[in-house]
Amino acid sequence: MEILVCVKRVPDTAENEFQLNSAGNDLDRDDLVYSVNEWDNYAVEEAIQIVDRVGGNVTVVTVGDSESEEVLRREMAMGANTGVLLSDDAFENSDGKGVATILAGEIKKGKYDLILTGAQADAAAGQVGGMLAAMLDLPYASLVNKIEIDGSKLKIGREIEGGNQEMNEIELPCVLSIQTGINEPRYVGIRGIRKVAQVEIPVKDAAALGVDPASVGEAGSKVKRVDYFVPVLGDGAEMLEGSTDEIIAQLIERIKSKGGLA
Amino acid sequence: MTQIYVYVTHKGGVADDIASEYIGAAKKIDAGAALTAVVTGSGADLDNVAQSLTSKYAEVIKISDPALAYPNAEVIRKALCNVLDKSAIVLAPHDTLGMDLCPGLSIKMDSTFAADAVDFEGVDGGKLKLVRQELGGAVSTHVTCDISNGAVITIRPGAFAPVDASASGKVTDKPAGDLSAKRKFLEVVQAEVGDVDITKSDVLVSIGRGIQEQENIAIAEELAEAMGAVVSCSRPIVDAKWLEKGRQVGTSGKTVKPKVYMAMGISGSFQHMGGVKGNPYIVAVNKNPKAPIFQVADVGIVADILEFMPALTEAINEMK
Repeated sequence: MEILVCVKRVPDTAENEFQLNSAGNDLDRDDLVYSVNEWDNYAVEEAIQIVDRVGGNVTVVTVGDSESEEVLRREMAMGANTGVLLSDDAFENSDGKGVATILAGEIKKGKYDLILTGAQADAAAGQVGGMLAAMLDLPYASLVNKIEIDGSKLKIGREIEGGNQEMNEIELPCVLSIQTGINEPRYVGIRGIRKVAQVEIPVKDAAALGVDPASVGEAGSKVKRVDYFVPVLGDGAEMLEGSTDEIIAQLIERIKSKGGLA
Repeated sequence: MTQIYVYVTHKGGVADDIASEYIGAAKKIDAGAALTAVVTGSGADLDNVAQSLTSKYAEVIKISDPALAYPNAEVIRKALCNVLDKSAIVLAPHDTLGMDLCPGLSIKMDSTFAADAVDFEGVDGGKLKLVRQELGGAVSTHVTCDISNGAVITIRPGAFAPVDASASGKVTDKPAGDLSAKRKFLEVVQAEVGDVDITKSDVLVSIGRGIQEQENIAIAEELAEAMGAVVSCSRPIVDAKWLEKGRQVGTSGKTVKPKVYMAMGISGSFQHMGGVKGNPYIVAVNKNPKAPIFQVADVGIVADILEFMPALTEAINEMK
């Protein structure tokens, strides 16, 4: 089975405290730690496990600048066979549809049985997989947490509300967005990264993909981020301060009054 | 006049709460918009939902077909494309159905897509301004969305105050058209019930990424024992297979209604907090002073839970 997994380099939510820049219109990106989108790791692991069972190849692809190469290498160190970087100045500031348009260009050039994405990435929109499927006229399922291969079809589970699982049958080729927890992504050590450090990663631009530059990037974007701000959701917590003993005494008093301690 | 369709999800013949939330959301887009509820399904349940919506909506479009009996997004998308005016705004819930349905719907309708809106700030020059969140709720953004050729927008359930509109509307039946799809719904497998029912406990010691290692779960269990509580968790703990799925609180886990919710090392994403109901007293302990949990908690402490929990356990045990 030929599997394409779409991945993205994102700011790591576990490693960063997000601050706004002085103008307040973007994150202060100078010291941000980036890594591969968490959901994408599960998608790549699933692709590798499928190929281990039935044969084939796993290709990882991303839209980004040269810094995005590092996430392709990381996923190749996990076991993906090939990496492809889709990069062009015209791709900058693409909205979700723009990213899907660029990826669709690459997919049309190849022949893939299965296309996987993470269920969402840093913008938490969960949009690229569903858009890709619609652009390519392929069946789609989101939030997939189980895949069984059954000839030219897959039996898949989707995570739905309440932790229940919705089972579907879907025809190949198809696009699936992968939910975390579907598997346990393998650990990638320094040695694994070193092994793929010299592998050549082809870079394709808009012309190579047959993508109209006006349909992507800032020019083609109909959804634009104006600014970032720190949300105010409620009144905010009463913050307890002082020595640990003082804090604990205050906390126990409050928990008692709310019926949380006998 | 702007046409806004709202796709109303329903269960057992009853519309979901989102039906009233849409009215508030639509007013914030364009108070003068024509608002039409759209329901899909089959049989008496669908008839009942459609009828009930006429008390809130002047226009209700009902698309009935046996193929729509279970909400399979691949089939619903076709039905909506066949029926709806493509230059309109379509609102849907940002839930597991809306996420499945809407990005592709926007492509098929050749309109603009925006996901998970938590607020709208009106239309200016053909552009709708909305608020959404990124990076697990750590930051919010204002986004402009060109709606001149229509738009599909998912809204976060619970983010818009429900509005109790009163109407005496009418139901219009529309034929679904071609619904052939390459994805077939098979069945829903119910979540396994674990050894502990976290929905029955008055106090939950709930752990998140801050627990760091599987071995550290014992620290939370000791605190829970001291408090007469049980241990629940957020999604990453279940993804790592450190606790069973039945312990997970959130929209993709259990909905809990404790008196006291101890959020230990939990950042507080909306998916997690969506499972915390009944207005409990929320205690948040997190190393990161900017964690979103501090915005929704009643009391907050900036500390490492691996140091704070044992100290709290000891203090509680000394009182006994």
